[in-house]
Amino acid sequence: MFVARLSHPADFEGWRGFARRFAQALVAPSAIDWRVGDHDTGLFGEDVVEGGEGRGLSVPRAFITLAQQVICHSDPARFDLLYRLLWRLQEERELLQIASDHDVHRAEALARSVRRDMHKMTAFVRFREVDDGEGGEAFVAWFDPEHHILEKVAPFFVERFTTMRWTILTPRGTLLWDVRELKLGEAATRAQAPTSDAMEEWWRTYYASIFNPARLKPKAMKAEMPVKYWRNLPEAELISPLIADATRRTQEMIMSAPTSPQKRRPAASTPDPAAPDLSAIESWEEAASAARSCRRCDLWCDATQTVFGEGSRSAPVVFVGEQPGDQEDLAGTPFVGPAGKVFDRAMAEAGLDRTQAYVTNAVKHFKFQLRGKRRIHEKPNAGEVKACRFWLDLELGFVKPQLVVALGATALKALTGHAGSLASARGRELALPDGTPLLATVHPSYLLRLPDEQAKESETKRFITDLKHVGSLAPGLRLPRAA
Amino acid sequence: MAQLTTLQKLEILSDAAKYDASCASSGTAERNSVGGKGVGSTTGSGICHSYAPDGRCISLLKILLTNFCSYDCVFCINRSSSNVRRARFSVEEVVALTLNFYKRNYIEGLFLSSGIIRSPDYTMGELVRVAESLRLEHDFRGYIHLKLIPSASQDLIDRAALFADRVSINVELPSETSLKRFAPEKQALDIRSAMGGLKLRIDEAAAERERSKRAPAFSPAGQSTQMIVGADDASDATILQRSAQLYGAYGLRRVYYSAFSPIPDSSKQLPLSEPPLMREHRLYQADWLTRFYGFEVDEIMDAAPGGMLDLSVDPKLAWALRHRGRFPVDVNRAERELLLRIPGLGTRSVERILAMRRFRRLRLEDVGRLVRSLRVLRQFIVTADWRPGATLDGERLKAQLAPKPQQLVLL
Repeated sequence: MFVARLSHPADFEGWRGFARRFAQALVAPSAIDWRVGDHDTGLFGEDVVEGGEGRGLSVPRAFITLAQQVICHSDPARFDLLYRLLWRLQEERELLQIASDHDVHRAEALARSVRRDMHKMTAFVRFREVDDGEGGEAFVAWFDPEHHILEKVAPFFVERFTTMRWTILTPRGTLLWDVRELKLGEAATRAQAPTSDAMEEWWRTYYASIFNPARLKPKAMKAEMPVKYWRNLPEAELISPLIADATRRTQEMIMSAPTSPQKRRPAASTPDPAAPDLSAIESWEEAASAARSCRRCDLWCDATQTVFGEGSRSAPVVFVGEQPGDQEDLAGTPFVGPAGKVFDRAMAEAGLDRTQAYVTNAVKHFKFQLRGKRRIHEKPNAGEVKACRFWLDLELGFVKPQLVVALGATALKALTGHAGSLASARGRELALPDGTPLLATVHPSYLLRLPDEQAKESETKRFITDLKHVGSLAPGLRLPRAA
Repeated sequence: MAQLTTLQKLEILSDAAKYDASCASSGTAERNSVGGKGVGSTTGSGICHSYAPDGRCISLLKILLTNFCSYDCVFCINRSSSNVRRARFSVEEVVALTLNFYKRNYIEGLFLSSGIIRSPDYTMGELVRVAESLRLEHDFRGYIHLKLIPSASQDLIDRAALFADRVSINVELPSETSLKRFAPEKQALDIRSAMGGLKLRIDEAAAERERSKRAPAFSPAGQSTQMIVGADDASDATILQRSAQLYGAYGLRRVYYSAFSPIPDSSKQLPLSEPPLMREHRLYQADWLTRFYGFEVDEIMDAAPGGMLDLSVDPKLAWALRHRGRFPVDVNRAERELLLRIPGLGTRSVERILAMRRFRRLRLEDVGRLVRSLRVLRQFIVTADWRPGATLDGERLKAQLAPKPQQLVLL
């Protein structure tokens, strides 16, 4: 029998040193007696292992992490378990993947218990303020962890309360932080800890008030905050009385007749957005405002908001796209998403000033299909286009452009009723019923969808050529340097 | 009215805040107070520092700045027509309370909301002042969650998101009709467009942070919302469809469901009854299935009478019982997507099964070590040494697997 003597209960480095030597010397797990501290020497006091022929020792990184947690557990068999895992890992390289293996399962259960204990310590330590003798703030807490986690959990408190002087007393040792350095002290007793703090009355007031008696679920509470921690929690004394009184309070709320209001407070004034008077719209501003609550088709239900046109109210050219996309829907502004960026670049390349233009869409709400967490663009149907024509007409009426540009087939159809292909209308000088000249070109999103780089390049060039044509028909839109 | 003490204000303003279900302190950027002038740190998953007898976690100091409110939302204890006691904290009082609680390790930080006083901008400005003081004057590095006032100006919302780890706007009710009926001053449109704007800015800031760690934060723990369940007549299907839209459109981290709970001074328009806690629980389960288990809302709700989830069994088991033809599933062969559909198998267990079966054929005993219970699970799986008998086709399977009926109302 070999004896391995570790210097403290969570002495990972000590364990690692012994384990490495034993395993290299092929000492079987059953032949080692793991001990902590320097008490009695057993019958077989030989903890010296000679090198043996040795073997290369390696473990997956995950084993180190696991072992560092397991070693903090209070189970006396933990050293043995870890060594057995190390031993088996030399032959069974994938052992840690076998979560149902007896040793792996046990080690994971111990590690989980250690992690939980650490987590509960970060949750349930309650500091009490003490006089530090120099008129400054200092805090002391008492806690009784289940496992040997003190050193492992200390960084949490240091990093959270770096600027505070604090001490955490436990039966397994003491953590002392003086704002600069962490010291580990002797085991402490509860009697050394302060017994109260002025803020505790406040904390209990908060605890009692935040509890909703109509939702009593004491079992759920106890599962997360086991009774063993209650001794340490100033709020715990309220638990029984709160539970005892909950039923009465709830019944009282249910039984009591609704009271009439103390006094009439003037209701905050808000216009009813659902029914603006559409016949009385006299300006672009009124149109934009009325369109916010449009219900002319059902697209408003799932969309975020109406995306009305935007740009110069005296623009020489109005560009009409299909409908807002995901980004436009979120922002409430047309042509700000990927297609909008393509449009902006093409405008600049064509020497046109986007800020002098007015941009809008044939349909003002985003139509989409929800797939998982993505909203996939869906083409608006004829009814939706028709319903929205109302707003488009108002926009054109107020802006009175010299030229209208239809971007894509939906816009063309909305503006002219043209049901044929976009290709047949592109490049031709068309006109709206009131005589306003109209040009048709592709929608910038078409350029984004082209899979072939070469096609993308040539189509983009063609789009820019179309925009240059726009500039020649409406010189007011040209950028100064290009004019 | 006699001057209230700060302690009395705390009582009133935490009581007024308890109907907001969210208390999460998770998902934000990791920080600590090393090298700082104040206290505070954040960890990935947040910490629950206590639990109330309602089973809810207490992680943050959840309070209102004031419960004076000019709005008259009928479901709300703080509505303008309620006879509840009113109070208002000063900015300094909230800051001191937060720091005092934090230093004693009672909380992870602050969750601050408010009744609407004077104007949305004024109210939002006051909330921002608290966060600003904590962050700038006190170098507080703990968690801050701010409730946004939907119609507040963009500038104030931006400032709120600069100081807060998370911001949220409550949609309150699943449908616009109900919102209009129960919260006449709240505009669904404002709520939606505010969420849309937030989503864009949160994404933008996250992308900036990818490029440079020094880029300013913008609500790094994202946004969340809350819907009240049981105040109106919306079905579970309506609620879950709405959630799906919210997750899809605005990338919400969480949608909280809050069973409508009787309040001390309630309106005649609302049901005065026990809160539908089991319904709330089933909605959370269904929500989880859509977010982590690959279920679509339509699948969860197919064949659900009246668009309501079955209260007697969880929605995953309910789905499996409706689709018995797809079971039993061989855990040694099935793909992840199918494994995730097996009642009684969680995401972690599925990952472990996938890892294990590369090296060995799983037996029932192996599976048993990975899960809490085999009682339900064994009816739906095939392992190297196990295949369920005829029970799977038996009409009584549901009766057999459903948990024993429990008295859920108060005694």
